[in-house]
Amino acid sequence: MAHFTKATSVKDWLNQRLAIEKVEKVMASEYWIPKNINFLWAMGMVLVITFVLLLVSGIFLLMYYQPSVGMAFDSVNYTIMREVGFGWLWRHVHGVAASVVFLIIYIHMFTGIYYGSYKKGREMIWISGMLLFIAFSTEAFSGYMLPWGQMSYWAGMVITNLFSGGSLHADGLVEWIRGDYVPAQAFLTRFFMLHVLLVPIAIMGLIGLHFAALRIPHVNNQDGDEIDFEAESKKYLDGDKAGSKVMRFANDFMSKDMMVVGVYLVFFFYLVFYNYGFAMDPVNFDPADGLKTPAHIYPEWYFLWSYEILRPFNIDLGLALFGFAQVIFVFLPFLDRSPNSVPASRRGAFKYWFWGMLIVMIVLTAMGKLPPEGMFSTIGLVAAIIFIAMWIALPIITSLEKKL
Amino acid sequence: MKNKEPLILAVVVFFSLVTYYLVEPYAHHVMHKHVESENFAYADLPAITKTGNAANGKELVMNAGCAGCHSIEKAGMPAPMDAVMAAQSYGVNPPDLSDAGAIYDAKFLADLIKNPAHALKVEHKYDAAQGKMHPMVPFYGMGGDMDQEVADMVAYLQSIAISPADVTPKIAFENACGRCHSVSYEKWTQVGSKPAFKHKKDELAFDIKVLEYQDSLKAYMGKLPPDLSMYIRSRNEQFISTLIENPQNHLAGTAMPRVGVTADTADKVIEYMKDAGDTKRHERESVGMNVMIYIVIFAIFALLWKKQVWRDLH
Repeated sequence: MAHFTKATSVKDWLNQRLAIEKVEKVMASEYWIPKNINFLWAMGMVLVITFVLLLVSGIFLLMYYQPSVGMAFDSVNYTIMREVGFGWLWRHVHGVAASVVFLIIYIHMFTGIYYGSYKKGREMIWISGMLLFIAFSTEAFSGYMLPWGQMSYWAGMVITNLFSGGSLHADGLVEWIRGDYVPAQAFLTRFFMLHVLLVPIAIMGLIGLHFAALRIPHVNNQDGDEIDFEAESKKYLDGDKAGSKVMRFANDFMSKDMMVVGVYLVFFFYLVFYNYGFAMDPVNFDPADGLKTPAHIYPEWYFLWSYEILRPFNIDLGLALFGFAQVIFVFLPFLDRSPNSVPASRRGAFKYWFWGMLIVMIVLTAMGKLPPEGMFSTIGLVAAIIFIAMWIALPIITSLEKKL
Repeated sequence: MKNKEPLILAVVVFFSLVTYYLVEPYAHHVMHKHVESENFAYADLPAITKTGNAANGKELVMNAGCAGCHSIEKAGMPAPMDAVMAAQSYGVNPPDLSDAGAIYDAKFLADLIKNPAHALKVEHKYDAAQGKMHPMVPFYGMGGDMDQEVADMVAYLQSIAISPADVTPKIAFENACGRCHSVSYEKWTQVGSKPAFKHKKDELAFDIKVLEYQDSLKAYMGKLPPDLSMYIRSRNEQFISTLIENPQNHLAGTAMPRVGVTADTADKVIEYMKDAGDTKRHERESVGMNVMIYIVIFAIFALLWKKQVWRDLH
């Protein structure tokens, strides 16, 4: 057994038992961050804060929500919105955060793509991030079902129908997933469980993995510099704070994180109080009606781009390409054949690839919401084909890239 | 090194706003027909040219047989039958006319008395030539000047009604919408407010009355008109206002009649619907302001902290 001495302070007492000083060093004071990074690197902290807001508001909502087809809608719209003190606030925080978290995730992802942060030893950061994206998508979809509104119900119907595999007609699989022929009680209860237990646990585990993946390769920086973290951190600890290329996570970078979080929260609470409607589809304020299809069925905005890759093709091809779009981002570190991990602006054809990908995804997002008629379906089809072609072209254009 | 952060922020904000614009305002514009307000002018109805005389109007209302179907509680005329039986006879319970003069537009009332299907814009359902009569019998005149007689009747209804300023959101809603639409979040049913019952038996008896009424209504309208508890959120104010004004503009061929309310009454109906579906709006505004002030102060302190910490880093 280890040797224990009489503690001189509470901190010392804890330190002998929990090694809190070591933890503090690893997690904060000697967790080294390059200095040449911009506010986009604070999106991780913004996501952590948003996740906490979702978790806390979700716990309060969970106290009053009733996962039954007869009561779900009223428990949200009557009990939580009218009877529970500040229930409306928790609900709007939860609804707005669920939407905004995807905006930040997309900014975080495109930051990683632009600066090449998925390369050279940072593959696990990217892969764990993409796993988190998938987990968040599952979380969002399962949560969207819970108020049992019109769009919840029909989105649930459409998405679970995808599992029939098109002309494979695996209807048995669809019924197994739903627990019924149509979305009904079994479906609601199991999505409730997924939303409040299984997926959140997976998300928390993946957040741990995502952080751990950062530890050895360290975060990238906006110039693609290779930094000798040992030498630079020694310089810092020896007192040359200004001359060192690195800084501590806490309080150095964390103070910048908090500044960004402050600005972000102004935007966030503006949405919660004055523009919450953007995150909540009005159709969902009609109770679910299995006998009446809404005029247009569409998913939430963050799924629209992949929905639009499914839609313009016949069902089998659409499903195959949809599956392709779902997983292809995970393989980005291996499809990018260039040895350079520098900002896209310094990287030949990849520069155009990056902006092209951003624009094509925005076009797909817009077309995914609009009714698939006339011009819109043509634009959607072209954008979907460009999206696929760009991914096929990626290994070719990046292997042609000169080494910097 | 040049500080690129403002440029990066501008790029992020630009692409976020473009996406937002396409997914929200633009998509809504494409998917939902925009209906212009007609300002509750009822411009298609003829103007009232005569000055009404309330005392004559009272006589006319008595003699024209209005009370055969309508109650006028204020004038001591109770309903000839209860709501359920009335609905079984006419499809829907004919309204009590006590406050009609304050709720509805005068021009609309005048046209309604003469030609109900026209004023209500349900001629596609009730065509006298094909033998499909609207349940409300038109007034054919008592032998005098028809326009004068109608003006008198309108003047009478206005004279007994409460002052338009005293029409509450609840009175407005119940008169204009409440015989077809329930609002479960306000405990409103088509046959009246649902009281708190002491005995389950009494509650069930009330529920049966509602269900029977709804059966007649369903047969009359083609389907049960929706519960409006959450309509303020599932539809927007502009939609509701223009729908009340002229349902045909939104839902061509719908069985919903033009209600004929004044602009003021329509505002009150919307107020009532906000009370049902957006109860906490006043609290939201006051709490929102406080939270925003707090968060702005937090952001300022965070900025100062960052400046202090980073002073040594450069």
